Amino acid sequence: MRIPSFPRSPYAGFFLFAALLAVMPQFLTNDYHLNVLIFIGIHCIIAIGLDLLLGYTGQISLGHAAFFGLGAYITGVLSAKASLPPIAGLAVALVGVGILAYFIGIPTLKLHGHYLAMATLGFGIIIQIFFNELDFLTGGPSGLVGIEDMSIFGYEFDSDLKYYYLVCVSLLLTLLLSINVVKSRVGRALRAIHGSEVASSVIGVNVSRYKVAIFVLSALYAAFAGWLYSHYMTFVSPSSFGFMFSVKLITMVVIGSLGSIWGAIFGAALITSMPEFLHVFQNYETTVFGFILIIVMIFMPRGLLRGLEDLLLSLWHAVRKRIIGTREETP
Amino acid sequence: MTLSQQILQYLITGVTVGTIYALIGMGFNIIYNSTEIINFAQGEFVMLGGLLTVSSMQVLHLPIPFAALVSVIGVALIGTLLNVAAIRPVRDPNPITLIIITIGASIFIRGVSSLIWGKEAYPIPAFSGEDPIPFFGAVIQPQSLWVMGVAFFIVLGLRQFFGRTITGKAIMASAFQPRAARLVGIDTRFMVLISFALSGLVGAAAGIVIAPISMTQYDIGVMIGLKGFCAAIIGGLGSFWGVVVGGITLGVLESLGAGLISSGYKDAIAFGILLLMLFLRPQGILGKSKGDRV
Repeated sequence: MRIPSFPRSPYAGFFLFAALLAVMPQFLTNDYHLNVLIFIGIHCIIAIGLDLLLGYTGQISLGHAAFFGLGAYITGVLSAKASLPPIAGLAVALVGVGILAYFIGIPTLKLHGHYLAMATLGFGIIIQIFFNELDFLTGGPSGLVGIEDMSIFGYEFDSDLKYYYLVCVSLLLTLLLSINVVKSRVGRALRAIHGSEVASSVIGVNVSRYKVAIFVLSALYAAFAGWLYSHYMTFVSPSSFGFMFSVKLITMVVIGSLGSIWGAIFGAALITSMPEFLHVFQNYETTVFGFILIIVMIFMPRGLLRGLEDLLLSLWHAVRKRIIGTREETP
Repeated sequence: MTLSQQILQYLITGVTVGTIYALIGMGFNIIYNSTEIINFAQGEFVMLGGLLTVSSMQVLHLPIPFAALVSVIGVALIGTLLNVAAIRPVRDPNPITLIIITIGASIFIRGVSSLIWGKEAYPIPAFSGEDPIPFFGAVIQPQSLWVMGVAFFIVLGLRQFFGRTITGKAIMASAFQPRAARLVGIDTRFMVLISFALSGLVGAAAGIVIAPISMTQYDIGVMIGLKGFCAAIIGGLGSFWGVVVGGITLGVLESLGAGLISSGYKDAIAFGILLLMLFLRPQGILGKSKGDRV
């Protein structure tokens, strides 16, 4: 007897997920929840990108909020100061962030462990300081106002529901690209690098090229999410793109389950909606957040999704042992 | 003030702040030396040091020396608690897990502190008055001398502890070869516990001596902790004198940059130096070059 598990074909999961996203608004009772879903979608895109870097390749980045912020600010400034349409903002943001990530990635990804964490963290803080200090462009600490609403080739996304579907389509495209990256030769190379860089280079994987490439890709995801965020909020301020947000992003990926795209989505949904659940605690929100972070890392180091999977599987085995009464090897 | 006097003033400020960075970096070093863990909650020890002193003075009406003592012991206990409650139970101690746990701990401690002390900034009076001492046209605050004096004795004490005492050597051995250390009868878990207490102690001391200069508040830990870590990396993680050199270099360059270029970019200068250092000489100014561990 085969043991049922999560859908192993990623595409089956993909279509299920797409269907779920399509019908989700039907079950909402108020508009505010749509708002939360839009943020979840935007965070999912960044988390998937970060998971490719952290979960699959094993390279930590504590500065990913900066790429998100750069995406948001580049399109925001072009829109508010030069009245360029959002689609032009997207093009400039992707090219700009791509180039920057490439040149940052080359020296940074030579570092390992704490050193890599610290370098990406330093980079993130420097970028946030620029958002604060370049008053004439960014509006300084009080933020940038006057960003146009989202419109693509004349089509206005003028309701939350329309924006929700725009975010869904963006998320699904990112997801599809990521599933393909992970399934391809590139994905295997990335996992090999995670396992052992020396061994992968011995078998002919160009370690540094792959590491930089995946860093750039994950930065592009964050910039893309920044673009969605900027034209949804029509306002951006430096405080949204600081160290704490980078930590939150890491948390999403880790709590979800490292090296699992679905885990990243699960983690992003959980962490983004957590303040809504923690409303009852009000002032205790950050405290509870820190506490959950520690508890999950101690007791479910493989993340909540895999933790639940392990739990369900072991339950299932226990139940089956009772019924069939035979001993079977776990896969 | 002439330009040269101004520069002298920036240098004095820089050395004072840099000494604090060095003290905080020392806290990182102690835990790193015994476990190779980077404790991202180190800045929170500094914050707790200041705030516990404030409370001991206001609630228990203790004079500063005793309030400081209570605070230092309190934070050392919190350090041990962090080790016992959050680090020991970890089943899969890889660097990423540990980085996230200590970040979680720092968020947790900050949250609890904001509940206890609120969000306002508290002053601690300067230890020996506020009459500035003239120095070649610039001035030195008496508190700056306290900062440097305390830092000097702490570094000296740590050097003696790690270099001369059995316990100190045992801590070093636990980090270098945990298995071998256990084989020769060293209780490695206890050694790690001691180093967490010790780094809490050093962090708290830094928080107490700096509080009269820059006030203390529930959220000062993040930035000051990161600067301390910068100091440790710039000087060379693991080396005690390296951290002192790193901290003072960082403080002086930051202070000169803030004074001569722009104060808004102060932190950007610090982290810019960190990045340059990481790219050009990751082992730090005084760190020994070691081969890549694979």
